[in-house]
Amino acid sequence: MDVQNPTDGTTFFERLGLGFKVAFNAAFASEVKTGLKALAAAKAPKPPPERIHASGLFLLGALQREGRLIDFLRQDVAEFSDEEVGAAARVVHAGARKVLDQYFDFEPAAKEAEGSPITVPAGFDAQRIRLTGNVAGQPPFRGTLKHHGWVTRNIRLPDIPDSLDPRVIAPAEVELP
Amino acid sequence: MPHYALGIDLGTTNCALSFYDLTLERPRSIHESTLAIPQIVAPGTVEPRLLLPSFLYLYSAQEFPEGSLALPWEKGGRHTTDRAPGFAGEFARAHGVKVPARLVASAKSWLSHGGADRASALLPWQAPPEVPRISPVEASARYLAHLASAWDHAHAQGKGGAERAAAAQEVILTVPASFDAAARELTLQAATQAGLQNVILLEEPQAALYAWIEAAGDSFRKQVRAGDVILVVDVGGGTTDFSLIAVTEQGGELQLARLAVGDHILLGGDNMDLALAHTLNQELTAAGKKLDSWQFASLTYGCRQAKEALFADPKLKKSPIAVPSRGSALIGGTIKTELNRETLTRVLTDGFMPEVAITELPQGARRTGLTQIALPYAQDPGITRHLAAFLTRQARALAGSAELPVPLRGKAFVHPTAVLFNGGVFKAGPLKERMLAVVNRWLAEDGAEPVKELQGADLDLAVARGAAYYGWVRHGHGVRIRGGTARSYYVGIESPMPAVPGFEPPVKALCVAPFGMEEGTQADVPPQEFGLVVGEPTRFRFFASSVRRDDKVGQMFDDPLYGDEFEELAPIETTLPSDSREPGKLVPVNLQAAITEIGTLELRCLEKGGEGRWKLELNVRMKGD
Repeated sequence: MDVQNPTDGTTFFERLGLGFKVAFNAAFASEVKTGLKALAAAKAPKPPPERIHASGLFLLGALQREGRLIDFLRQDVAEFSDEEVGAAARVVHAGARKVLDQYFDFEPAAKEAEGSPITVPAGFDAQRIRLTGNVAGQPPFRGTLKHHGWVTRNIRLPDIPDSLDPRVIAPAEVELP
Repeated sequence: MPHYALGIDLGTTNCALSFYDLTLERPRSIHESTLAIPQIVAPGTVEPRLLLPSFLYLYSAQEFPEGSLALPWEKGGRHTTDRAPGFAGEFARAHGVKVPARLVASAKSWLSHGGADRASALLPWQAPPEVPRISPVEASARYLAHLASAWDHAHAQGKGGAERAAAAQEVILTVPASFDAAARELTLQAATQAGLQNVILLEEPQAALYAWIEAAGDSFRKQVRAGDVILVVDVGGGTTDFSLIAVTEQGGELQLARLAVGDHILLGGDNMDLALAHTLNQELTAAGKKLDSWQFASLTYGCRQAKEALFADPKLKKSPIAVPSRGSALIGGTIKTELNRETLTRVLTDGFMPEVAITELPQGARRTGLTQIALPYAQDPGITRHLAAFLTRQARALAGSAELPVPLRGKAFVHPTAVLFNGGVFKAGPLKERMLAVVNRWLAEDGAEPVKELQGADLDLAVARGAAYYGWVRHGHGVRIRGGTARSYYVGIESPMPAVPGFEPPVKALCVAPFGMEEGTQADVPPQEFGLVVGEPTRFRFFASSVRRDDKVGQMFDDPLYGDEFEELAPIETTLPSDSREPGKLVPVNLQAAITEIGTLELRCLEKGGEGRWKLELNVRMKGD
């Protein structure tokens, strides 16, 4: 069995061999570095999805902790009265809003007021502006702003420690008597 | 010379740190001067906040995943403690609600509580035996160490870091004006334990006034004038503190002098939110809905939000509160209630700021005895009643005083001409307005002009900011508030008389430190002589007065326990070392008091006709133990 180095995926013996080469030929060092990188790229296993999407899971955890969002969305609202859904929605709204304010600043993608006329110039950013209705002809387009869109201006998500499993959104709570 | 002045507000419920670059010759900018304090907000999540909640959670080994409670500065393996491991801040407060037996709270109130052994491990109060306990001093030290580490992490890394470390800066630590000598000494001990080396104490209401002066800038001299008496009303999370500061003029320059401070009142903003939550909880219980302790805490939090919403918008009649379920069934399990304006006004405005006459006194005795063990919360929630008592008592005290910086004679109560509010409670406009209305009615009934309100700075951060600004002032900029001690101090002397069962021998009070002693000065030595037995502890009863302004060192007073002018503090004691002396021998000494540069009281025994000097310790243990 190979003794894997957890950070770059090289085996102990590969590293040992490289170490000898470095020790015997100092001029070879830069080549070794390149070799190491190539090895790492070739051998590094793809991280599991929860590592790739750790910050997304973290955000779900925060929305659940502060605003009980997962609880809310996992329940079937059909069997409850508007009064009951409304009461729960207040919990979600207050908590989830706190989380958004904590981690992000948002701004509209278009500065004009909704309902007001807007000119879309040639070479517009098609990710920030979506055309609807009678889309034909060449820009500049004249239209009405229906939704001003949202763009994230600042992101303040904290570091997520490697020691914790990001899949745990909320722990089970057990109260001891 | 230190590079920075660090102003630390070590609050009952929140701590904050503000800093001032002492190398600046110009006033600092308002934006870059408060430290964001990284803290655990959930296991595995560290985030910066401007306030560090003063709560410490003492966790058990298996409670949280390994590594999930590490702070950024602990990654190098530097852990604060091995005994009673804990974490401070937001997650401590949030999780502690579910596990109250492991939560240390209100450590500051315990520091000033003469009825308990403050140096012993007594917190969490009423924790079961297997939970480790720590002393109020250690809890305070942990908050300070957290702040110091956060500072070092942000400002003292890399080359030359040691010079920028908190330990090398001038630290101004604030204490309530009503803290007695022992509580100040303990606060200092906590700072030393936290590794802070260069510490000065400053009274919180003064810090609030400094913050106002800084924010007012040049307009300060236009807003107050000589002859003004500024009343500082500081309602923190757990304590209420009053101070009177006089404005005088010398050589065309305005000067500030602190005239008086109030007694220690354990009553604050947290009590208000609790009062609302209890009121609403009664209604819920009557409707058959029972909340557990975690839900009650959510209700309290919801009440604070609803209170702020109602106070911010006078047109709102009510504000909804939703208390989430403990289980995952949020819809259907959430309990909905609401806070209406009538309840808010009845419970808060009328309950805490009742419209009372100036002659009304708070119900329940002032804290004089040392008999209680649990925290001696104020019996009367009426802050206006406490204020009436303060202004009336101080008028009597000032009336006989020989040197007064402002004219106060012949009035039934001290007439303030300006008010500065401090503390998060006063974000609520109606509470401020009520207090102003009550004070103005007292003044009008006495034929005086209404007070003007000094518009304060940020109510949550003013004390820390003012403390840092004071650090700059100490280096020769701006106006300094002259203070001195706001109390006179006395040693109890038991009169010799035959023992009568059931009667304590009468005690006399010998003045050892007069009112208004400045930092860095010492008092005359009273002529009275005491005999100390070598090798045996000697203990003296100890008294203070916040109203006896003209007592001179060496004067003796009968019956300090009669009436309400003297307050008995925890005793003071010393043991004469027996080295080079014959054990059991009687050594004649005089007592001497000094106020240190730091702002603490020091009592010494001077050997009569000899070289010997010993420090008298302020006993922080319970009376009679």
